[in-house]
Amino acid sequence: MLSRTAANLYWIGRYMERAEFNASLVEATIRLDSLGVRNQSDRTWKSALAVAGATAGFAATGENLGGFAARRYLTLSDANPSSVRSSLAAARDNARAARNALSREGWEAINRAWLTVRDRSSPGGSQATLTMTDALRAEARGFEGALMRMLRTESYWFVRLGQMIERAGSTARLLDVKYYLLLPEGEPVGGTLDRDQWNTILHIVSARLAYRLLYPEGLRPWLVADLLILRSEMPRSLHFAAAETVELLAECGARTGRQGEADRIARQRLTMLETAEIGDVFQNGLHEWLSRFIADNDALGRAIAAQFRFP
Amino acid sequence: MAKRAAFDELWGKGSAARPGFEPLAEWLKETPPAELERRQQAAEAAFRQMGVTFAVYGEEEAAERIIPFDIVPRIFSAGEWARLSEGLEQRVRAINAFIDDVYGGRRIIDAGVIPAEIVLGNPQYCIPVAGARPPHGIYAHICGIDLVRTGPDDFFVLEDNARTPSGVSYMLENREAMLRLCPELFETFPVAPVDSYPELLRETLAAASPHGAWEPRCVLLTPGHYNSAFYEHSFLADNMGIELVEGRDLEVDDDVVWMRTTEGRVRVDVIYRRIDDAFLDPLVFNPDSMLGVPGLMAAYLAGNVALVNAPGTGIADDKAIYSYMPEIVRFYTGEEAKLPNVETWRCREPQALKYVLENLSELVVKLVDGSGGYGMLVGPTSTKKEIEKFRSALIAEPERYIAQPTLALSTVPTFTDAGLAPRHVDFRPFVLSRWNEVVTVPGGLTRVALRKGSLVVNSSQGGGTKDSFVLADTAEAG
Repeated sequence: MLSRTAANLYWIGRYMERAEFNASLVEATIRLDSLGVRNQSDRTWKSALAVAGATAGFAATGENLGGFAARRYLTLSDANPSSVRSSLAAARDNARAARNALSREGWEAINRAWLTVRDRSSPGGSQATLTMTDALRAEARGFEGALMRMLRTESYWFVRLGQMIERAGSTARLLDVKYYLLLPEGEPVGGTLDRDQWNTILHIVSARLAYRLLYPEGLRPWLVADLLILRSEMPRSLHFAAAETVELLAECGARTGRQGEADRIARQRLTMLETAEIGDVFQNGLHEWLSRFIADNDALGRAIAAQFRFP
Repeated sequence: MAKRAAFDELWGKGSAARPGFEPLAEWLKETPPAELERRQQAAEAAFRQMGVTFAVYGEEEAAERIIPFDIVPRIFSAGEWARLSEGLEQRVRAINAFIDDVYGGRRIIDAGVIPAEIVLGNPQYCIPVAGARPPHGIYAHICGIDLVRTGPDDFFVLEDNARTPSGVSYMLENREAMLRLCPELFETFPVAPVDSYPELLRETLAAASPHGAWEPRCVLLTPGHYNSAFYEHSFLADNMGIELVEGRDLEVDDDVVWMRTTEGRVRVDVIYRRIDDAFLDPLVFNPDSMLGVPGLMAAYLAGNVALVNAPGTGIADDKAIYSYMPEIVRFYTGEEAKLPNVETWRCREPQALKYVLENLSELVVKLVDGSGGYGMLVGPTSTKKEIEKFRSALIAEPERYIAQPTLALSTVPTFTDAGLAPRHVDFRPFVLSRWNEVVTVPGGLTRVALRKGSLVVNSSQGGGTKDSFVLADTAEAG
């Protein structure tokens, strides 16, 4: 396969994942906001921008922070390179360039998702935004379904690889920001708990019911972290993404004969997650642990690009 | 507008269908308009879904549109096709011989058949390839010859597209649509199949390999997915089972072309390039080109890679050269051209210029190096202002223009908002050349001017397409 095509596919995976994540983020933040903790609205949206890695970008627009402005920036803004619309446009662009490598269903799913936002200039009120994010999440599931029906060849592996790298990064960022915000200084882990906020995190990663099933003891911050970091049966967890990444790289390596730095970083990361206990993760500070994970994930992304000669 | 009534390919000039075509008349009579409309919409919906789109230059919004498709096929009898394909083969052989000659011995110039300055001073004359002969002397492996018709046996060549002719994907997709939506027509008419085209093209590419490599590696080089013909590029690459590459996927090392793959670099033997000469290699041609591959021309000239079509074929595509085609055919084949040219005035010649300026409102005036219906004046349908604009342009740079009479292009029944109505058509068959043979797939692209009375069939100017049936045996009577 052409290296450029592999890069196109990898970025389709990343951008589709990013679009879905940001749509879920906006949806969950609207719910949280509407629970109506007084004077908390701005803070809520500020944290959503931080999770999306959009704090500086939003500040550069000079707009006042508020629900509407943040919703628009995260979903439809062309000034935000990671907004849902920008992500879908980039995914579609890559899909057009790699038409031959993508199944027809895969292309159509991306195209449909793009049409959902193409002509929208405003997210409208909260209700209208929720209708849109609902539609977007449905399209994202459609894409995931189309992806699962693709032949298990390089095309599938590279899309999925992009998806897993993106997913690991966004889940880690979500945890990092939320813990930082939710646990004010001096507050011990397991201390005062804002149930709604923790539910919001679970909502973003579609894991509220999964949590109930796995942890009968009820909502505990460190258990939410356990679910999203260490549980291999949880498709949005760091462990799941890391395991999948190792497998995908092994498949690509067997097909192309190219193995190297990316495989090494990926295997090392998986071993670390397989052996870790949630207590170890918290021991030296969750923030430090997550920061290092995010840096490693970025390094892995660069190593993949180098290994397969992405242009 | 031509005052003479146009020849209709179904009805002739009368009210009864031409012999052999009665079943089509019958079909049009029996199929309710609502049903025709439903099928036409189904075809267009399928094209849209597949992304059979083209981009219109200069229109940012409508970046991707589908070309309107007309459900009523255009039919050539077996006899008509036999005469056409003979003429096409003769013409394309002459085109290749001509290109080989002007970059080689230049016999045709020495013989005084064509003035040296029209060839050597032509912007399309590609100096870097003079003296470098591709295998078997084939330059234009793929030609799209634009034909127009004015009567039962009156076909004329309007243009020779010898650079990177496009449109063949419509020939194939339109046929697919017709087979699905109007199967009954194929029971009535013995339509010759066109679906071998990708295979024939692949064989043509392989045959062009410079070192007879066993299973040569062929690729299709596209300017990228913003190009108006990108769908066709990806369609052809897919159907031939070859890689669709952009310039940045290729690199030249020691005059050898490689493509960058996930498995490392792979040597390339044949490039079916769908980008113009000027963008092929920034080291030789346009230095600002981001589309090409630095060093590609050196690899080509070293004989390490074949370019299809070869660089320099634009010389046979030029409208000033076109006017000499009857002489060119005679010079290289020793025969009279079986397919005549449209009468052409070369505005570079003072007598001709005078005539053209006096008759602008009757003529079609074209830029010698224009294409796609741009830079063109159709006198009879133009305003005074447009005509005067062309008059000044002609006086300023007469050598850039040719003029032709406004032909009464043939019509074919077409499904319009007001029901079936005659619309003007042209025809572009695709001719493949290899060292030992010239092959034309029995079919081509029929373009139709959807606006009433319009003679401009270009997709960028409101044209549509139709399937073109070539009947396989002696189904015609007459």
